Amino acid sequence: MSEEDDIILSELDDEELVQQMMDDLYDGLKEEIEEGVNILLERGWTPYDVLTKALVAGMTIVGHDFRDGILFVPEVLLAANAMKGGMAILKPLLAETGAPRMGKMVIGTVKGDIHDIGKNLVSMMMEGAGFEVVDLGINNAVEAYLEALDSEKPDILGMSALLTTTMPYMKVVIDTLKEKGIRDDYVVLVGGAPLNEEFGRAIGADAYCRDAAVAVETAKDFMSRRHNQMNG
Amino acid sequence: MTDALTKMLSERDWVMADGATGTNLFNMGLSSGDAPELWNADEPQNIKKLYSLAVDAGSDLFLTNTFGGNASRLKLHNAESRVRELNRLGAALGREVADASGRTVIVAGSVGPTGEIMAPMGSLTHELAVEMFHEQAEGLKEGGADVLWLETISAPEEYKAAAEAFALAGMPWCGTMSFDTAGRTMMGVTSASMVDMVEALPNPPIAFGANCGVGASDLMRTVLGFIASGTERPVIAKGNAGIPKYVDGHIHYDGTPELMGAYACLARDAGARIIGGCCGTMPEHLKAMRAALESTPKGPRPTLEDIAVKLGGFSSASDGTGDQSDAPARSRRNSRRRT
Repeated sequence: MSEEDDIILSELDDEELVQQMMDDLYDGLKEEIEEGVNILLERGWTPYDVLTKALVAGMTIVGHDFRDGILFVPEVLLAANAMKGGMAILKPLLAETGAPRMGKMVIGTVKGDIHDIGKNLVSMMMEGAGFEVVDLGINNAVEAYLEALDSEKPDILGMSALLTTTMPYMKVVIDTLKEKGIRDDYVVLVGGAPLNEEFGRAIGADAYCRDAAVAVETAKDFMSRRHNQMNG
Repeated sequence: MTDALTKMLSERDWVMADGATGTNLFNMGLSSGDAPELWNADEPQNIKKLYSLAVDAGSDLFLTNTFGGNASRLKLHNAESRVRELNRLGAALGREVADASGRTVIVAGSVGPTGEIMAPMGSLTHELAVEMFHEQAEGLKEGGADVLWLETISAPEEYKAAAEAFALAGMPWCGTMSFDTAGRTMMGVTSASMVDMVEALPNPPIAFGANCGVGASDLMRTVLGFIASGTERPVIAKGNAGIPKYVDGHIHYDGTPELMGAYACLARDAGARIIGGCCGTMPEHLKAMRAALESTPKGPRPTLEDIAVKLGGFSSASDGTGDQSDAPARSRRNSRRRT
């Protein structure tokens, strides 16, 4: 492997370059991703195409291998970090060009819960998939969620809990949304180590997400259904 | 001088550890989100009660109420300046209960994860992690802990940092990791790779093993993984009392005392030397475990099938060890190095 010739990104044709960027994302090579993004932009790619066809597509592979137990958190963090490098270049351009949005998520751990590694991972993977994420941090009371839903107008509300003592609070939040008649305005996703599908159903969430990769897939799924509804 | 735990292990086939801390404290009125460690100063009678519940149920060893007692965790409660005090108090209350029990009971100073991701992926440096663990270790030592007890760790870097800190404090220690992701820790450590890591430490623990995770079945599979490595070091099994279920607004662990009794015997038969519970393991579970260990003759090492029959199935098909380890799922282009 060390004997191999260096690859010059700018000498690759578009297709090879995108393939290479997917591999570089997988390997968490931030500088290479930044370089790749810039080359594609120079070649006249739209920022949206760079995002979806190179970066998001690459992160999808990372997500699948994470879900399947081939990659673990350390590799995913490195990949997400590389992705972030590319996103930093694309973000202002995407806003300028009015590119379509993947969707927006408000996320936070529930009241009483200060454990945030899982939530942070979901944030990173969601951003990696092109979503806009508003992270409310830890220990959120129902008021904090409501305020953010009102000001941010997200498509998705994500709640996370690590403790069996804090997970019932998710139901408090969902029940409050129902009372206010705004439950169906949002896709509610829940996650956290002690949760399971049965719990997600019992409290009235749209879905329980076993891990960050599943959260991304579930979010994409719901967003495409939403778009279909709007168009239809 | 031989430490109390090493001595106990040399005299007995198995040592029974304790069960849940949080679950019991919440029953005493701790609100979720509050730092349990603050009770070492504010509600000492409740903490003594907590320790007594384990001792009275037959535990030979219990963990102190100091799991989140590092600066990084206590900072979330603006109590980062009280690390030494809260750990000292937590261990001193344990010492009192253990010494009043009329038998030898080991006070194990609990040390949980920092909750941070370590560099280079995260922001916590090795030096800072060692410093935080060292501060906590000194408090537990002052309070009279017999042994330090690292638990629920996911990252090998964090395990190593704690080991280094415990050497600085000059304390004997034990350390368990939590295998909750398809048989591995969140950071991808398998049972086999934990054994390799432990044996390579300059100050290896008295005992090592697994705690928490997904349920008793998964934990037993991990224990079998440790034993399969041929390790001579005592293995710790501290599994949850089943899986949490949502019943009428409350969370209930579905493992019955009978199931935990069966789990304790399976853990012993598999070769674990220190056997206890974790989340959801209440005094009635501990009593059933002790009774089962005392009344059931030692059996042959269980197979995965035996475990699945007695405790239920596993959360994933494989645990990442043996033939299934690191099986490439897709053909990768060659990685490249650029200068």
